[in-house]
Amino acid sequence: MGIRLRQQVNQALLVLALSIGAVFMMIPFLYMISTSLKGQVYVFEFPPRFIPAQPTLDNFVSAWNANNFGRYFLNSMQVALITTGLQLFFSSTVAYAFARFEFPGKNALYYILLATLMIPGMMLIIPQFMLAASFRLLNTLTGLVLVYTAAGIAFNTFLLRGFFEQLPRELEEAVLIDGGTHLTIFFRVLIPLSTPALATVAIFTFLGAWDEYIWALTTINEPAKRTLPIAIANLQGAHASDWGLIFAGSLIAVVPVLLVFISLQKYFIKGLTSGAIKG
Amino acid sequence: MNIARNITEVFTRARGNRRRKRINLTPYLFLLPGVLLFLAWTAYPLLKAFQISLYDWNPIPGQVSAFIGSANYTRAFSDPVFWMALRNTVMYAVVTVIGQMFLGLTVALMVDQVVFARTAFRTIYYLPVITSWVVISILFKYLFNSNPSGLVHYLMVDVLHLLPDYVPWLSNAGTSWVAILSLGIWKGIGWSMIIFLAALQSIPVVFYEVAAIDGANKWDRLWRITLPLIRPTLIFVLVMLIIGGFQAFISIYLITGGGPLQRTEVLLSYMYNQGFKYMEFGYGAALSYMLAALIFGVNFIQIRFLQERIEY
Repeated sequence: MGIRLRQQVNQALLVLALSIGAVFMMIPFLYMISTSLKGQVYVFEFPPRFIPAQPTLDNFVSAWNANNFGRYFLNSMQVALITTGLQLFFSSTVAYAFARFEFPGKNALYYILLATLMIPGMMLIIPQFMLAASFRLLNTLTGLVLVYTAAGIAFNTFLLRGFFEQLPRELEEAVLIDGGTHLTIFFRVLIPLSTPALATVAIFTFLGAWDEYIWALTTINEPAKRTLPIAIANLQGAHASDWGLIFAGSLIAVVPVLLVFISLQKYFIKGLTSGAIKG
Repeated sequence: MNIARNITEVFTRARGNRRRKRINLTPYLFLLPGVLLFLAWTAYPLLKAFQISLYDWNPIPGQVSAFIGSANYTRAFSDPVFWMALRNTVMYAVVTVIGQMFLGLTVALMVDQVVFARTAFRTIYYLPVITSWVVISILFKYLFNSNPSGLVHYLMVDVLHLLPDYVPWLSNAGTSWVAILSLGIWKGIGWSMIIFLAALQSIPVVFYEVAAIDGANKWDRLWRITLPLIRPTLIFVLVMLIIGGFQAFISIYLITGGGPLQRTEVLLSYMYNQGFKYMEFGYGAALSYMLAALIFGVNFIQIRFLQERIEY
């Protein structure tokens, strides 16, 4: 009896402590939502209120129409989707070569890929900018897609290689005996069996491309080519105190991400921890 | 005579080898698209950055750049802003890493034990991690704004009475750091929590049962079983957070822009400003190589420490 009670008290204390922490985690988000629903007159009211006095969706309408967030949303969606598609293709083919073949230069290439995992991506930005300029890729969404895809190849190759190597080879040998090629194996056997790993790659790639700021900031000047992160930062620069509008724009960018995360949490956690355990 | 025979022998053997072991082209076809992209946008820029760092690089195409050897590197050592940026970077890393490790572990230990709403708690603590740096930075700028109605002001001055008066948070360096550092910790707790949680859940329950029979209390179990067993994870998280801390950029760029008077500049913001504000590509590239060297050093230490792994 005594032990039972102590356990219950323990659990209650844990829930209490975790809830206090959770409030601190949530307050900034809730306040952002609340501000986005306030008219400009209420943004600086004192004391600040969590529940807006006269909630309105005007900020969202203004962000989407007058401030072109509809366009930026499409740009971001396009860039993130194409990057994800290319990333899946490029990193899974490289991973397949590593997982199933012995070839001259394999170790050298492996170590080169490994070494670039350790460098901060941003240190490449000056030569990447020059390269983009010479290929006339500045101010293009193509330039964003290429750099985002290239940036993920090393990491995703490692992730997928590890997964491919765990799959049994017997099936593939059977395909070869039956006259199939390595392409058959790759598309008909390996890819269908690797859905969980590919889902992990897809989610992380999509979010990375969706949220990327620095490269887009550096290469995109044309307003029509902006992605959401630059659009949000610009909004803050141009309408410094129109916080309702700024957060309506921010929520347009954040809400899809949260929906993706909450619905695919399983793959997310798996991706994180597999990266962690494999170092 | 002898030499000639040797040469022919080598040739015939080589030809024989080639006939016997034809190089299989299939793996290269699979490698080609991905590796090409990687070489063009990662490997080549990496080498190019080093070349640029040795020049007084002229960003205008067609103009000649002067080779100046290591001058961009030595320039950093006599540049007071570089030292300030380096100091700030290390300070940012130390404070945010300690904060994230401690809070992440605390939360992980609690989530591991809790029965009620475990998934909900895990999700809530993880939300800041997946939210964009741009949005969070702008949000913190708003929370810390100097207007009395700023939420942090309201909480600290009017509700909790922890501060005697309103503070212009973002207009001086010291208080700007409060905003930047608390953002860094707040945003990162969830990541270390998830990694710690996975490690905690892989510890066999038997260990705790045996310890309980031996009469070990909670602290004993934490210090004698849990922490030693998740040591590799602790080191992994530590190293990843240090590396992440060295790369702080967006929050600083958007909240203070490195100001006032470059007093909140970190290595990456300084590198970026050298490159794209002052068009000093050579100096910027040298700075980026110095940061990479720093990070490689940390990685080297990690590999050293991680060599011994624990088997259950």
